[in-house]
Amino acid sequence: MRQGRIIGRTVLFLLAAVFAIGFLMPTVLTVTNSFMTQSEIDANYGMIFESARPGGTTYVGDSVNLKFIPDRVSFSQYETVLFRSPEYLLKFWNSIRLVIPIVILQVGIASFAAYSFTRYQGKLKNVLFFFYIILMLMPYQVTVVPNFIVADWLGILNTRWAIIFPGAFAPFSVFLLTKFMRRIPASLIEAAKLDGANEWQVFTKICLPQCRSALYSIAILVFIDYWNMVELPIILLPDADTQPLSVYLATINAGEVGIAFAVAVIYMIPPLLLFLHGEEALVEGIMHSGSVKG
Amino acid sequence: MKLKEFIKRRSVRSRDSINGWIWLAPSFIGVAVFYMVPFFVIVYYSMIDNPIQGNFVFLDNFVALLQNRAFTTAAVNTLRFSLIAVPLAVILALALALLLEARIPLKSHFRTFFLSPLMVPVASIVLIWQVLFHFDGAINEFLLRFGVDRLDWLQSEHNQLVVVVLFLWKNLGYNMILFMAALSNIPRELLEVADVEGAGPLYKLFAVKLRYLSPTMLFVTILSLINSFKVFREAYLLTGNYPYGGLYMLQHFMNNIFRALDYQRLASAAVIMAVAMVIIIAVLFIIENRYGKDVEG
Repeated sequence: MRQGRIIGRTVLFLLAAVFAIGFLMPTVLTVTNSFMTQSEIDANYGMIFESARPGGTTYVGDSVNLKFIPDRVSFSQYETVLFRSPEYLLKFWNSIRLVIPIVILQVGIASFAAYSFTRYQGKLKNVLFFFYIILMLMPYQVTVVPNFIVADWLGILNTRWAIIFPGAFAPFSVFLLTKFMRRIPASLIEAAKLDGANEWQVFTKICLPQCRSALYSIAILVFIDYWNMVELPIILLPDADTQPLSVYLATINAGEVGIAFAVAVIYMIPPLLLFLHGEEALVEGIMHSGSVKG
Repeated sequence: MKLKEFIKRRSVRSRDSINGWIWLAPSFIGVAVFYMVPFFVIVYYSMIDNPIQGNFVFLDNFVALLQNRAFTTAAVNTLRFSLIAVPLAVILALALALLLEARIPLKSHFRTFFLSPLMVPVASIVLIWQVLFHFDGAINEFLLRFGVDRLDWLQSEHNQLVVVVLFLWKNLGYNMILFMAALSNIPRELLEVADVEGAGPLYKLFAVKLRYLSPTMLFVTILSLINSFKVFREAYLLTGNYPYGGLYMLQHFMNNIFRALDYQRLASAAVIMAVAMVIIIAVLFIIENRYGKDVEG
């Protein structure tokens, strides 16, 4: 009996390990491959990207060898990206200038709205909250058309504001934060009211501190969502100079493959750092998103 | 006396509700300006022949759109992708959650590993995906060793499968966390009673756990369905604007009409998809209301 249980657990452990390798491999391979020299990349993956390369002067292997560890660890790709090709850093900067304002504005605006949906519930409010949920569930194919039309009216097409404004008012944060605020015990708020606190004080002294980890986890979720954006920039920012790295990366794949690996790694550093720091908050946030209804 | 009280209560309540609207105003005004008002304009656009003359044609644009081969192909492709990807996303995520529920070593590390793809931008890993799935790529090399003929993964109907794998890789972790939360909410006593009465692990899984998980399953299904409509991102980064066959998604179609700036078609496509989404969401809500109620999650 006991032995059977140990065997069972070992099998499950091995199963989990196999899955874990599958989940980690793409990320790990991207990182290790970013430390290859250009000639090693050409020799191993030349086949794949040959057609897209301008001149075939370097040695190109006749088959693809997936390398886990480079023959010689080199930082030359990073050197090229960081010191010799400003366009990638510029695109990285574009990403930051798009995403950071969206995260701050969306979470900030949502905290007021969530307070309203928590403290002042009425029929009209409930209908409106339901409308926010439906809007949240709409795919980009639908919402990008209104966004485009308004950006056109305001004359902000092809500027980053065309993405920042709709992002700032996207209903996702409102929905999730409302769910968190409704979990704050009503007695806590009533007690503060009896002590003479006004609405602003209830909001800043009770609701926001109670939702601190929720705010953090929502900020992380919004950050990765927009850090990863592709659909909106293609349509609202057709000009290559203003595009974020998440779109631009796909276009450099064809050209300098070695650099692309290094750029890809640089691009995943901010979200991965956030993940390492905020994993607990993030998991808690996801757990509480577990139902569409309040 | 009573009247005074009534008036007083009335005024408190209306002051309250004005307060509530003030708190909501920043968000509501933004949503109205950037989503609601333009959407009504789109509904108008979808029913006129062109913006200059503005003749009312009612449903003509919709009929034209539904007869458009590109649109119907994209819609069928998107739906087919969802039908393949969503059940897998639910079942595999549940399997992972159950796996982590068993007492195995390094449990919290596994959770981190399974969740990590959520944080990796798709753009960052498409490169390695191309190395793996290229015609001369690593997966084909591997298959050759076992005597399996190589497949042209990205340039054939198999490309949907590649994107399904990418979709699962990205989304399973999130769904798994949702299932883990639901599993930990199952009352311990219930499982203990089942133990005492000699229920086997399979019986416990199907008779106790799955019953409790049904609301979460519905929610994960909804979420995965919504996410599967966004899979254009993966398809685009892997195969560009003009993918082979089955990966031509609704968003590809939209991009092409954006390039032509055909307002009537844009508007009618957006309206049709919005209506379809509302219907899908309503059906899922009704199902959740009917079957998700017997156990509170």
